[in-house]
Amino acid sequence: MPSDTLEFEEPIAVLLKEIEALSMMPQTDQRQQSIDGLYRRIESIRGEIYKHLTPWQRVLVARHSNRPSVLDYVNRLFTEFTEIAGDRRFADDHAIVAGFARYKDEPVLIVGHHKGSGGDTKQKVFRNFGYAKPEGYRKALRAMKLAEKFQRPVIAFIDTPAAYPGVESEERGISEAIAFNLREMAALDTPIVVVVHGEGGSGGALGIAIGDRILMHEFSIYSVIPPEGCAAILWRDSARKVEAAKALKLTAPDLLGFGIIDEIVPEPIGGAHTNHELAAALLDTALERTLASVSAMDPVTRLETRYQKFRAMGSVGITEP
Amino acid sequence: MAWFKKTKKPLASSTAEKPSRVPEGLMVKCPGCGQVIYNKDLEKNLAVCPKCAHHFRIGAAERLASLFDAGRWTEHFPDLTSNDPLKFTDTKPYRDRLRSSIKSTGLKDAVIIATGRLDGLDVVIAAMEYSFIGGSMGVVVGEKITRAIEIAVDRRQPVIIVSCSGGARMMEGALSLMQMAKVSAALARLDRAKLPYISVLTDPTTGGVTASFAMLGDLNIAEPKALIGFAGPRVIEQTIRQKLPEGFQRSEFLVDHGMIDLVIDRRELKAALARALRFMRAQPAPVEAGTPDAEILVVAGAVEPERQN
Ligand SMILES: [Zn+2]
Repeated sequence: MPSDTLEFEEPIAVLLKEIEALSMMPQTDQRQQSIDGLYRRIESIRGEIYKHLTPWQRVLVARHSNRPSVLDYVNRLFTEFTEIAGDRRFADDHAIVAGFARYKDEPVLIVGHHKGSGGDTKQKVFRNFGYAKPEGYRKALRAMKLAEKFQRPVIAFIDTPAAYPGVESEERGISEAIAFNLREMAALDTPIVVVVHGEGGSGGALGIAIGDRILMHEFSIYSVIPPEGCAAILWRDSARKVEAAKALKLTAPDLLGFGIIDEIVPEPIGGAHTNHELAAALLDTALERTLASVSAMDPVTRLETRYQKFRAMGSVGITEP
Repeated sequence: MAWFKKTKKPLASSTAEKPSRVPEGLMVKCPGCGQVIYNKDLEKNLAVCPKCAHHFRIGAAERLASLFDAGRWTEHFPDLTSNDPLKFTDTKPYRDRLRSSIKSTGLKDAVIIATGRLDGLDVVIAAMEYSFIGGSMGVVVGEKITRAIEIAVDRRQPVIIVSCSGGARMMEGALSLMQMAKVSAALARLDRAKLPYISVLTDPTTGGVTASFAMLGDLNIAEPKALIGFAGPRVIEQTIRQKLPEGFQRSEFLVDHGMIDLVIDRRELKAALARALRFMRAQPAPVEAGTPDAEILVVAGAVEPERQN
């Protein structure tokens, strides 16, 4: 669907329109050959475009409204998913999903932001566009404590623009909710694998993103501030978001270089949104291997390694005489 | 939330933008009550207006001087500097911003780590310096505070962090963000070691600093009327498309909503900290030789600390 193409995919949109036009005409063998040819051209153009995405283009891909959600991955890679609700304090936050399921037949605990990707406006509103409130972070921690108690691994899916910047978030202590998660996840005595598969939006992402291994999808982003916000503050002009996206070094290869993530999960050519099946299969490979390796560690070593992992973050940016 | 719509008062942040730091010169007009005060009198009063108790913002060194016995402390890790890991440039290179902040503050980054005695108790204090790029937390601030906590775990001493910060430092990108995780992980160890941590929140404490160590105290103590929050008031206004009520995200608002234990006047802070630390079993102990890091004994006058080796 042309409506799914991003602004820099204009050549693809044009070809898709041609295909659409041809498809409306009576089908002939010749016409079908033309359509097939156009699809092949789209594939090759896509391949070229996605080989050279700019940071800002990656932001757009990471935010694509058809990017697979946590539940898209759960439905393809996990079985017997049982969603659990509520923080036992205030409410159930639909911007963060929590529940248990089986992965490779072993029970695991899943937490993840959900933006309502793939859904209509109503579903996006239901998910608050992935902007979680304090109760979301508290629900996630409650679920993770359950995993700790019963010694089941945690898989955390990260995809949020930010924690919800609203009055009730502040009233109910969004800062405390995130901060407490950071502290408790650092010491949570069970394996945690984090998958940054969409938008890693600042503290709102980090609030459920402490773990033994951090995987990140090829076209995902992870940033201290959205490029628009950064541009508004530093350039006093949110239109300079393209420059800000570049300056912030928020791409997966950047973060791998800084030692913030451990591994890049490859995506289908054209981004995960073009092929959920393949995207899930590609994640499966990395996830299975990673989960096996952290699960095999002895618990004391695993916690010490997790501490040292985050302890080392930023050393690359420090000069000590 | 109907109560908001009736509010005519503008955004709380408008007061935050008033110059709150003690300005240069002989006299200053208090933004709280309009009283003209001699700077000398203000300094003697810990930069609190004698008439209306408006708390002027103070620097990290003044803060330490107000807390340590006889204004004496040992500074740790003063020479850590950011090497600009992102090679970040906005309207001017981050390197230049760093250079000019280093020059104007005499500090290498936005926090001072100090050990010494508070009412006879050995403590580790991290005091943030707002005039260094808005007190923002980059890799150096994160590293220094983490080391401060590690010293405390090592020596079995309490930690006090005095926050004064706009949050994570954008110019160091996701590396800044990760400092929230790093410091919080260190605090988990301090907590498991059953050692006291008191968070003192001053005006302003926002963003990634609030959403990490500033909210994790065994006690969270705020100075009166400090702006404390996660999202900035302007961002929230844009989200809800309404003016925020007066007092929103101020210390007293946070007490009302259960996020802060108590609001304390700066002139009472040291005594309150000492009481709390004694409850938390902080022990008076002889000062140890210290760490292998370069240490600087600081004997503070209220404003200009004198550094000796
Ligand atoms: Zn006054």
